[in-house]
Amino acid sequence: MDIINWLFEPLQYGFLTKALLVTVAAAAVSAALSCWLILMGWSLMGDAVSHAVLPGVALAYIFGLPFSVGAFVFGAGAVALIGAVRSTTKLKGDTAIGVVFTALFAFGLAIISKTPSQTDLQHILFGNVLGVSLPELLQVLVLGAATLAILLYKRRDLTLLAFDRIHAHAIGLNTRWLTALLLGLLALTVVVGLQAVGIILVVAMLITPGATAFLLTRNFDRMLLISITITVAAAVAGIYASYYLDVSTGASVVLAQALVFLAVYLLGPRNGVLWQWRRRRARAAESRQHEQIPA
Amino acid sequence: MSLRQLPPGADAIDVASLRVSYDDVTALEHVSLRVRPQTICGLIGVNGSGKSTLFKALMGLVQATSGTVRIFGAAPKDARKLNAVSYVPQAEDVDWTFPVSVRDVVMMGRYGSLGHSRRPRPADRAAVAAALERVGLVDLQHRQIGELSGGQRKRAFVARGIAQDAGLLLLDEPFAGVDKASEAGLTGLFKDLRDEGKTILVSTHDLAGIPQLCDEAILLHQRVLAHGRPETVLTNENLALAFGTALSDVPEGHHGHH
Repeated sequence: MDIINWLFEPLQYGFLTKALLVTVAAAAVSAALSCWLILMGWSLMGDAVSHAVLPGVALAYIFGLPFSVGAFVFGAGAVALIGAVRSTTKLKGDTAIGVVFTALFAFGLAIISKTPSQTDLQHILFGNVLGVSLPELLQVLVLGAATLAILLYKRRDLTLLAFDRIHAHAIGLNTRWLTALLLGLLALTVVVGLQAVGIILVVAMLITPGATAFLLTRNFDRMLLISITITVAAAVAGIYASYYLDVSTGASVVLAQALVFLAVYLLGPRNGVLWQWRRRRARAAESRQHEQIPA
Repeated sequence: MSLRQLPPGADAIDVASLRVSYDDVTALEHVSLRVRPQTICGLIGVNGSGKSTLFKALMGLVQATSGTVRIFGAAPKDARKLNAVSYVPQAEDVDWTFPVSVRDVVMMGRYGSLGHSRRPRPADRAAVAAALERVGLVDLQHRQIGELSGGQRKRAFVARGIAQDAGLLLLDEPFAGVDKASEAGLTGLFKDLRDEGKTILVSTHDLAGIPQLCDEAILLHQRVLAHGRPETVLTNENLALAFGTALSDVPEGHHGHH
């Protein structure tokens, strides 16, 4: 069977199997987190954390530490810094975010420019999923599984936090702790995702899945399920497309997510823009007909 | 834990010499008030008069600069742990596109008494079903929260407080964006809940509806200008104090939102 060959041919290469595993794990975790991120209105925060981990990744390579340790320290550090700037000034939230993450990103670039070539900027920024080593694969799988497990276990509290923070507080939940938990999980998700698609594109994995699922349902549990399913499927499709079309893997995976979003945006059964347009046209035609009938 | 662990006979709300300041702005000062259990108390004041701050102080969302707050005899922190307070937010403070159903929202009233993962038990499902029944939203329980009318949305959040078994309901402008028929329905519901033992503090712009709804009223403008039966509080003199000239410009029968 041709199709079977077509599917299995890439898997003969160990590096492609590893790439597939890393990407699927990253897709599942980021798709889950994405649902809360977009409902909290934290898309910019996702962008910030993903850029801010750059110095952490660079330093981890230099000192021979696991990349995830460096990335998490700087991701969480960025969140803390943003919180500090916000609470000690009258600056708006997005301003505090903008100042902190660009500074950290520039710091990362500076470190890389001063170190010998073993740290490849291109790989950190745009991902190097085809060159993932076994220890890196294991880090991604363990961190991904842990992040997903915590997200699912605390999903009701996190949804309440996003929906009605005051009620959460009024019934005795610790909203600060929950906010910190979600931010910590965001940092972990970035750590998992950047291995698959790199620092620049990981933000797409944090935003697009939730956005697509939001357009398809009005039930949170279903949104979570749709988000994960669609994103994992798009990730696999992206890996195959990258192999057969010979394009950058990270770009291919993110483009696959974007194409699914576009399809849902245009054709989604609930609020697809094309259907809305057709309904409007039908209504306009109907009212024209009514006008033509003499009173 | 339940309300029954609170000291018996205490006031539902007991605020003494409360002062709350943000930076250099004083939102509330010298606020002392007591509300007995099983009372509907109207909270009246212009925007910026400190109504929202008082609500926040009752929930322990803002720190008092000085003074004390007691809910059924307990500090706000303990009252929260006992699920004693439920808050019904203003319509504009809710994300009506959020993917939760009416039933999901009411179930959130149970979270305070659930375990870490908030997985509902049969007793919680029963409490939610009873609360939905109580406010007449059983048929609409699977709708997304934004697919309800203004009055139904309020009922959903009140049902959340009922499911929570809170003794004190804080209602922030419940009649804003609600038509007259629904307003009458809500008023009836609030009175029934009072008769069943709830205490209700309701902030409202709707001065005309207050004698109909409330057992007592509080006129607030950073401090308590008047507190008592609605007819003694809602005198022209008091209203002029609270609303300044704003009210004299409003034609009779029109309750403007300033």
